[in-house]
Amino acid sequence: MVNPPAKIAVENLRVSYGHREVLHGLSFTVAPNEIFAIIGPAQSGKTTLLRCLNRTLEFTPHARLSGIVRVDGEALAHVADVHALRRKVGMVAPLPVGLPMTIYDNVAFAPRCAGVRDRAELDARVERCLRQAALWDEVKDRLHTLGTRLSGGQQQRLTIARALSHDPEILCLDEFSIAIDPVTTMRIEEVLRELRRRMTIVLVTNLVQQARRLADRTMFLWNGELVELDRTEVIFGDQPRDRRTYEYTRGFFG
Amino acid sequence: MSETPLETLRRHRPRWDRVGERAVEGLIRLCGYSAILFVLGIFLFVFREGAPLLPKLDWGRVLLSPEWYPTSRMHVRYGVAAMIAGTLSVTALAMVLAVPFGLGAAIFVSEFCTGRVKETLKIVIELLAAIPSIVWGFIGLSVTNRLIQTYLPAPVGLNLFNAACLLALMSVPIIVSIGEDALKAVPDSYREAALALGATRWQTVYRVLLPAARHGLLAAVLLGVGRAIGETMAVLMATGHANQFPRSLFDPIRTLTATIAAELGETAVGSDHYRMLFVIGLMLFTITFIVNLLADLAVRGVRNKTG
Repeated sequence: MVNPPAKIAVENLRVSYGHREVLHGLSFTVAPNEIFAIIGPAQSGKTTLLRCLNRTLEFTPHARLSGIVRVDGEALAHVADVHALRRKVGMVAPLPVGLPMTIYDNVAFAPRCAGVRDRAELDARVERCLRQAALWDEVKDRLHTLGTRLSGGQQQRLTIARALSHDPEILCLDEFSIAIDPVTTMRIEEVLRELRRRMTIVLVTNLVQQARRLADRTMFLWNGELVELDRTEVIFGDQPRDRRTYEYTRGFFG
Repeated sequence: MSETPLETLRRHRPRWDRVGERAVEGLIRLCGYSAILFVLGIFLFVFREGAPLLPKLDWGRVLLSPEWYPTSRMHVRYGVAAMIAGTLSVTALAMVLAVPFGLGAAIFVSEFCTGRVKETLKIVIELLAAIPSIVWGFIGLSVTNRLIQTYLPAPVGLNLFNAACLLALMSVPIIVSIGEDALKAVPDSYREAALALGATRWQTVYRVLLPAARHGLLAAVLLGVGRAIGETMAVLMATGHANQFPRSLFDPIRTLTATIAAELGETAVGSDHYRMLFVIGLMLFTITFIVNLLADLAVRGVRNKTG
């Protein structure tokens, strides 16, 4: 079997904030249309890793990065149009940030920034993304009210719709279910299974069972080090290679 | 039921502690209410001085006639139409110059500037705000006056344009510093969210930050307007102080404030002329009140539309 070229390839990635190094040389690849889960206790560098993938790490003034991150074979450090890159790599943050505008404008924000002006196309996109994020039925009658007035769970789904609005090839979700109820979480997981046909999904989660339900492969990060990366069945099976993986997935520490 | 530790603490708090807290609370309350008290006090004082003249005035002529002959032996006339036009035109022109500059500078300082440059700019802008208005008047008389005469098609350098430039320079620092505060108050999470969606910095500014900070930015512009309407010394020195309707950018004009400043010292206390100057003061009050009211309505309108 010939492996398809990696969608994301990370080589010896190190990140430090000031003098504190938080990622100690990670190397891994993510295949196209894979659901790739990253698990690990707090402070293990999961969010930092995601921030490297769409170059939002550079908003943090003292962050330093070494190593190479490639998306579609292209090294991110040399990407000319970082805005296009960020549209290609969608990001959903753990706590929803509804932009201070209407629901419609929230979802239409990224396409508009990319230059989409056609009203009909915007309408269609907004509807499609809100449907995909399982939010359409709840908000279709009030698209033109402020997005910040929605409840926490609805806002989270709004940010998911927003991340889908620019047709990303890679969708990164950073503990998306932190602010939503279990039923909605299940619905969104359903959506993710659907979406993987069109995109690659990187899922950071504290809920190890969520990784188990969704992911093809799971990576266990601990204190900025890659402890183990393997097919999800192996990670959650009885014999992962590393003892710490076994203990973490069974809730012995974390 | 047993007491929680907090309740125990509250019950055993010494008496003087509670008295002290009450006193501080009262003091702060007083500070808050004093603002209302002062505004009312100022208004009442100005009103008391001007009031005896109010019933005697022919309001149609006062508001519509430009003829201001307060000391005429034959026929005293108190027409302030030209001065109102002067005040409004110089303020409007000053704002046309100052608002784009001020808001632009506020956006630059807040969003595009970092480190040393930012600190230096903020200090310089604050210095600019601290220049006394009489010094601006000097600049108007000596520097801009000559520049306008040399480079612009104007017969006299002391005119509407000159004063508007000075007023613009005086209100820009206020607009910048208040506007910058307003932008700084927008949470960083908005910036990051917008940038993470692929927005450029400029798209972030005009699609997210400006709408989010609009109340604060409007307040900044209003304070600038307030400064321009109320400014006296600089406009007295730079407008040319000629009581006429402005017909072009380069006509000398006269403002309400400058008239009060120039004439109050020469009137007998209690005379009609003296009272008329206080009536002009009331008019200034009214103008600023209307400006504030309109802005307030505008803000509410914006809020209702998006809410």
